Amino acid sequence: MTPLLTEAFLSALLYGAVSAGVPLLLAGLGEQVSEKAGVLNIGLEGMMLCGAYAGFVAAWSSGSFALGFVAGAAAGLLVAAVMVLLCVRLALDQIVVGIALTLGAQGLTALLHHFQFARSYPRLPAATTWPLPWLSDLPVLGPALFDRHPVVYGAFLAVGLLILLQRRTRLDLQLRAAGERPEALDIAGVDVRLVRSLAVAVTGALAGLGGAFLANLGAGLFVPFLTNGAGFVAIVLAMLARGRPLWVLLGAMLFGASLALTTAIQVAGINIPTDIVQMLPFAAVMLVLVLLGRRASLPAALGRPYVRGSG
Amino acid sequence: MNEPDGIQPARPIVDATVRLALTTLAPIALTLALASLLLAALGVDAIAYFAYVAERGLLTRLGLEQSLTRMAPLLLLAASLIVAFRAGIWNLGVDGQSLLGALAAAAMAPALAAIWPGPLTLLVGLALAAGIGALWALLPALLRAYQGVNEIITTLMMTFLGTSLANALIKLAFLDPATTVPQTRTLPVDDRLPRLLGTTVGSGLLIGLAVLVLAHLMLTRTAFGLRLRVLGINPRAARHAGLPVSRLIVAALLLSGALAGLAGAVEVLGVHGNVRADWNPAYGLLVVPLVFLARLNGLAAILFVFLFAVLSIGGESAARRLGVPHHVNLVIVAVLLVASALGERLDRRVARRGGG
Repeated sequence: MTPLLTEAFLSALLYGAVSAGVPLLLAGLGEQVSEKAGVLNIGLEGMMLCGAYAGFVAAWSSGSFALGFVAGAAAGLLVAAVMVLLCVRLALDQIVVGIALTLGAQGLTALLHHFQFARSYPRLPAATTWPLPWLSDLPVLGPALFDRHPVVYGAFLAVGLLILLQRRTRLDLQLRAAGERPEALDIAGVDVRLVRSLAVAVTGALAGLGGAFLANLGAGLFVPFLTNGAGFVAIVLAMLARGRPLWVLLGAMLFGASLALTTAIQVAGINIPTDIVQMLPFAAVMLVLVLLGRRASLPAALGRPYVRGSG
Repeated sequence: MNEPDGIQPARPIVDATVRLALTTLAPIALTLALASLLLAALGVDAIAYFAYVAERGLLTRLGLEQSLTRMAPLLLLAASLIVAFRAGIWNLGVDGQSLLGALAAAAMAPALAAIWPGPLTLLVGLALAAGIGALWALLPALLRAYQGVNEIITTLMMTFLGTSLANALIKLAFLDPATTVPQTRTLPVDDRLPRLLGTTVGSGLLIGLAVLVLAHLMLTRTAFGLRLRVLGINPRAARHAGLPVSRLIVAALLLSGALAGLAGAVEVLGVHGNVRADWNPAYGLLVVPLVFLARLNGLAAILFVFLFAVLSIGGESAARRLGVPHHVNLVIVAVLLVASALGERLDRRVARRGGG
């Protein structure tokens, strides 16, 4: 197994892990915020997909990756607005709405893609990276971590920012209260529905950004159903992280690594059918759930719409 | 909600009409209206589109027969979802269960048909598919029942896993060496599920109808069904009443998985005769709004499954002829899901007001 330990292999693996992990990290952090606030967002997949499509179209037509990411986040925000209206304001079942958002996003993006691009799949050029001085020269770590598009740095900074918010502000407390004991938060004079709405909005923007990353930096193109379950994987990561952003980071990178194994194994010249390799990440999630399932705790009022005075 | 209790005389017939309109007709009308708007925005003549869909799915003999045949897997999936949802369990992994069930039937049937042609092969194929479907639901069932792990996530993960596994098995284990396209050996037409007298409609339709009605009777008329429904309405009450909650959860998910497996088998043994790599009709989530619209009533679900089958066959035809991808149906189903949830919510309000 010597080819597995060459620098080329490790480099490809780590680079791929970050590339595949960042979309999951962004969406997972977002999901964590809304789960804390008591909104189980099964529509995450749909938010990512809309972000991927809008992000791709914006970057492709303007030639600007930055604009693509803004558009991706905006599209995710738009889907989140629908979710806020239906789940937080109208108190419809979150799971039903989440399934609908995902199906609707799949159908809508596939239709829009068809009418805009027919059967062609234009590719974006590679994005220019912002190498960090000195750090980007490190072997293996440098190209994987420190010679990337700014969104990658942004995603890592988001982890730090969320931890800071958690330690230093009352926001996290209010989020948790909205998820665990919404009645108590209401009595304390905080608008539960506003907290939840904001939480879902943050989720949408982050998931949309993650989707745009997947299309523009990960694949370099958009195909219908591009996200292929990434949103659901991000939900699992958020569930297992139990409110800790650092754990989402860890999970996303491990998961990204198992996705990147495909490319890395091919670099090493080992031939395994792709179908088997595609099973690995999902098998890994199931294994983790079997081992740690009991610890994947969720807030008490998760999935329950908050209607004042209903108990 | 602090609405004043309206003082109204009880008018049950008017009420029933209002409620039917709110929960069934209004969502369907709203969905068609929004779908038409979307089509118009994409530059498609919506009226011509739906007229074409209705013509190809309903009004021609061949289209109607295809729609009736398409109902078979949809009815079985509806049965699968109703059993799970009534027990309060979100089995969103029916696509994986169904695909692996289909593959099991496809892998076994051609070999067995060479030895025992006829109904025995078909029966074994159906049973095997049901078993495999249940098996694919086992891990989520155990995790949910004994570890409290959310089954939405686990069943979805098992579907992604199952889709790749099916492809790997087709290419590595069950490959038909006689074809260039990776697929399983094909079951000869004579050995497939028979067609209904004088038509091209597969007898899978009858299997689907029978199973859905039986599932409905099981849920509404038997002690086991009652237990499942109690679990679905209030799991805490079920525990207090001394029901074996964990075992009921496992039973409901396994049964749901078995029915989903059956749906795949009916499609393979009746229509295709084999499974190709990357074949995955993914009907599962499309059936979810139908059973909600039917308010988890198995008999009402038959009507909605029929309407959706028409939409599905007509839409595929329109995709070929009019160049509008049948992904339109995904949007239609999504809107329908939200619209029926909204309708139910309004209905509950009306019921509360009327019942005062």
